[in-house]
Amino acid sequence: MTSPTRERAERAPVPTPTAPTSPAGRWRALPAPLRHLLLAVLALTGVCGLVLVTGDLAALRFAAVGYTLLAIAGLQLLVGGSGQISLGHGAFLMIGAYGMALLVLHQPMLPLAANLAIVVAVSAVAGVAVGTATARLHGPYLAGATLILAVGLPGLAHRYHEFLGGSNGLNIRTAGAPPFLQGIVSTSDWRALVVWTTVLLALTVLATISSGRLGRRMRAVRDDETAAAMSGVPVGSTKVAAFVIASTAGGLAGGLQAYVLGTVTPGSFTLALSLSLIAALVLGGIGSMWGALWAALALVYLEVWASDLAGALDLGRDVENNLPVVFFGVVLILVLRFWPLGIQGLVQRLISRRGSSASAPTP
Amino acid sequence: MRIRRGTTAATSAALTLALLATACTGAGEVAETDAVDLDVAPGVTDDAVVIGSHQPLTGPAAPGYAAVSQGAAAVFDYVNDQGGVNGRRIDYRAEDDAYDPAQTIDVTRELVIEDEIFAMVGGLGTPTHTGVLDYLNDEGVPDVFPSSGALAWNNPEEHPLTYGWQTDYTKEAKIQGEYVAENFAGQSVGYLYQNDDIGVDAQAGLDQYLSEEVVAREHYETEVTDLGSQIAELERSGAEVVVCSCIPAFVALALLEAASIGYEPQWVVSSIGGDTATLQGLLARFTEGSDAEEVPADAFLDGLLITSYLPRVEDTEDEWSQFFIEVHEEYGDGGPLTNTHLFGMTQAVMFAQVLKSAGEDLTRQSLIDALETQEWRGPGLVPFSSSGDDHGGHQGVYVVQYSAGDDIEMVQGPRVTDRSGGPVEEPDFARLSPEELDFHD
Repeated sequence: MTSPTRERAERAPVPTPTAPTSPAGRWRALPAPLRHLLLAVLALTGVCGLVLVTGDLAALRFAAVGYTLLAIAGLQLLVGGSGQISLGHGAFLMIGAYGMALLVLHQPMLPLAANLAIVVAVSAVAGVAVGTATARLHGPYLAGATLILAVGLPGLAHRYHEFLGGSNGLNIRTAGAPPFLQGIVSTSDWRALVVWTTVLLALTVLATISSGRLGRRMRAVRDDETAAAMSGVPVGSTKVAAFVIASTAGGLAGGLQAYVLGTVTPGSFTLALSLSLIAALVLGGIGSMWGALWAALALVYLEVWASDLAGALDLGRDVENNLPVVFFGVVLILVLRFWPLGIQGLVQRLISRRGSSASAPTP
Repeated sequence: MRIRRGTTAATSAALTLALLATACTGAGEVAETDAVDLDVAPGVTDDAVVIGSHQPLTGPAAPGYAAVSQGAAAVFDYVNDQGGVNGRRIDYRAEDDAYDPAQTIDVTRELVIEDEIFAMVGGLGTPTHTGVLDYLNDEGVPDVFPSSGALAWNNPEEHPLTYGWQTDYTKEAKIQGEYVAENFAGQSVGYLYQNDDIGVDAQAGLDQYLSEEVVAREHYETEVTDLGSQIAELERSGAEVVVCSCIPAFVALALLEAASIGYEPQWVVSSIGGDTATLQGLLARFTEGSDAEEVPADAFLDGLLITSYLPRVEDTEDEWSQFFIEVHEEYGDGGPLTNTHLFGMTQAVMFAQVLKSAGEDLTRQSLIDALETQEWRGPGLVPFSSSGDDHGGHQGVYVVQYSAGDDIEMVQGPRVTDRSGGPVEEPDFARLSPEELDFHD
C-alpha cells in the first residue's frame, strides 16, 4: 500500500490545506461567502501554477478532476446533505454535455459563458422536473426511480438519431486560448483553467448554500424528517431544492466535460458512470465537500496509477487491463473497513490528532 | 497573508480579463490552425520506432475485438525477430480505452505526449476514433489505418494525416447490392442494420441496386439484445434474402432468432460481422442451456454469404493465410486464430511495409510520402488506395459462401467501386506472396 501516500503527496498542492485558520478570529469574522470566495481564489492560483508548470496531459487530467469534482460535490450535497440517494446522477451529466454540444454545433457564435449559463438553466429545469416527481420517494424507491433515468436517458440518443447522433454521438470543436495568450498557455492548459474557474465558482456557491440556512434545513431533513417538519422546515421543498442544486451541478459538470473532450456519446453516460460517482463519493467521504475532492482525485488518478503499477510489475496484458477496476474496489473496501467516513474521515482524524486547536477546513 | 492576497488579486484580475476577452468570441468559432511541422521523428531512434493504438481490451467490445491488437502484436513480434524494419524494432503499444470515447481521448494523449508515438496505427472503433481525429491531425501525428469502415476517414482536405483502411460501408453495400440483384433476381430483400453510421452508409449503397426489391428495413440498437420483433417483421414481409449490416453478436442473434421461428432466408453478411470463428463461439454461448444446445453452431452458419477483402482463415490454400497461421502458432496468444486476428495482422504487415518504404531517414513526412506513393500488392485481395486525394483504403470486396465444417467457396471474385454512383468493376490486381512482399529486413 504505497500508493495512498503517493496520492496524498501529489494531490497536496491542488486544494488549499494551508487554509489560514491560525489567525482564526479575523478569518472567522468574515462572512461565509467571502471566506469561500477567498479560498476559491487561492485554490485557483494553485491550479494556475500547477497547470503552467506541467504538460498537456496533466492539464487534461486536472480538467477531468475539475469537472468530476463538481459532479461529485453536487451529489455530496444531495446524498450527504439531504440524505437522498440518487443513482441517476450520470443522466444530468449527459443532459449538460449534450446541451453544450448542441449549443456549440447549432449556435457557434454564442460565447462559452453563455453556453454554460444555458446549460445550468436547462439542467436546473430537468432537476425540477425529476425532483418534484421523486420528492415523495424514500430510500430504495428513490434510488430505483433515479436508476431508471440513468438507464433510460442514453436511449434518447438512439431514438433521435438524426439530432443526437446515435451511438457515435456528437463532436464539437471549440475555440482555444485567446490570441494574446497564445504561446504562453496551450489549448489544454486554457481549457483546464476555464474548467477550474467555473468549478471553483460553482463550489463557492455550493459551500455557501451548505453552510447557510438551506444547508441546515437539509441536514435537519436528513436526520429526521418528522422532527424537521415539526420544527417548521418545509420538508418537500427542501428535498426538491437539494435535488435541483445537485442536478444543476451535474449538468454544469457535463457541459464542462463536453467542452474539454470535444465529444459526447451515450456510451460515456451509462449506469456505470452514475454508480462510480456514488462509489467514489463513499470512498472520499460522505458529509464534507473535501470528500468530493478526494473522490474526484481517486476517480481520475487511481486508474492511471494502477495501470502504471501493473506496467511496472510487468504483469500480463489481461491482468494489467483489469487491474484498475480491482484496485479501485480493494482501496474502497480497505478505506471503508478502517475509516468508515472515507478518506476525509482519515484526514480529519490526522488533523485532530495533530492539534486539538486546529479545526477542520470548512468548505 | 497580505502579500498572498495581493498576488491572488492580480492573478484573478488577469484571469477575469482573459475570460472577458474570450467572452466576446463564440465558443464554436474555431480559428484556422497553422500547418503542422512534419519534418520531425518523435519516437524514432536508431534501433526502435514507437507506435501506438487505442483498442478495447476490456469492456463490452473486448471479446470481439481484442483479437485485432493481439494479431497485430504477433506480426510485429515476427517482424522484430527478422531484424525489424530498416534496422529498427517496432515498439507497438496498444492502450485500453474500453470502447469509451472519453477514455480514448485520455489514452491517445498519453500515447502522444508521454509515449511520444511516431504514428497512431489501427485505432479501433467509429465513436472512439472520431473523438481523437481532430487532435491527431492538429498535433501532426500520422493516423494510419483506423479499424472502422466509416466514410469519415477518407477526407484528405480536413484530415490530411488520416488514412482509411477498411472497405467503407457504402462500397461494400454497393457490391452486395449488385451481387444480390444479379444472383437472386426477382426475390424480395430485407435489410437488417445497426442504427448508426453503419446503417446509413450501408443503405446508401444497397439502395442503388435493390430499391425495387426491398420489402423491409429493420434496425437494431447495440444496447438492446433482442431481435425478436425485427426478425418477425422480416419474415412477415416475405423477405427471401436478408442483408445484415451487423456486428458479430447481432449476426449470431439474428440467425438464432430466425431459426427459432423457422424462418430461412438467404443471409448476406458484411465483413464486420462475417468472422465465422467468432460467430461459432457466440452461437455456442448463446445456445448454452437452451433447447438448441445440441445443435452444432456450424449448422446455423451453413450457406451464409459473406463479403471480405482480406485473406480468410478458413481458406487454407491461400499463401497469406498460411503465413498468418504460422505466425500465430509461434507468436500468438495461444487461442484459436480468427479472422479478427487476421484483420490486425494484415494491418501490421501493411504498416511495416510502408515503414520499410519510408527508408532509413524516417520522419513523419517521409512516412506520409511513402504512404502516398506506395504500390500496394496485398495481403488484401482487393486494390488499396492511400494516394494524395483518396485515403479510402481497401477499394472493394469479394463474396464467399460458407458451408458447415469451416469450408468456404469464393462465389464472386474481387470487385471494386466508388462510394457514389460509379459502376461495380472487376479490378486488375495481383498480390505478392509473403516471401516477395518487402515488409521487414
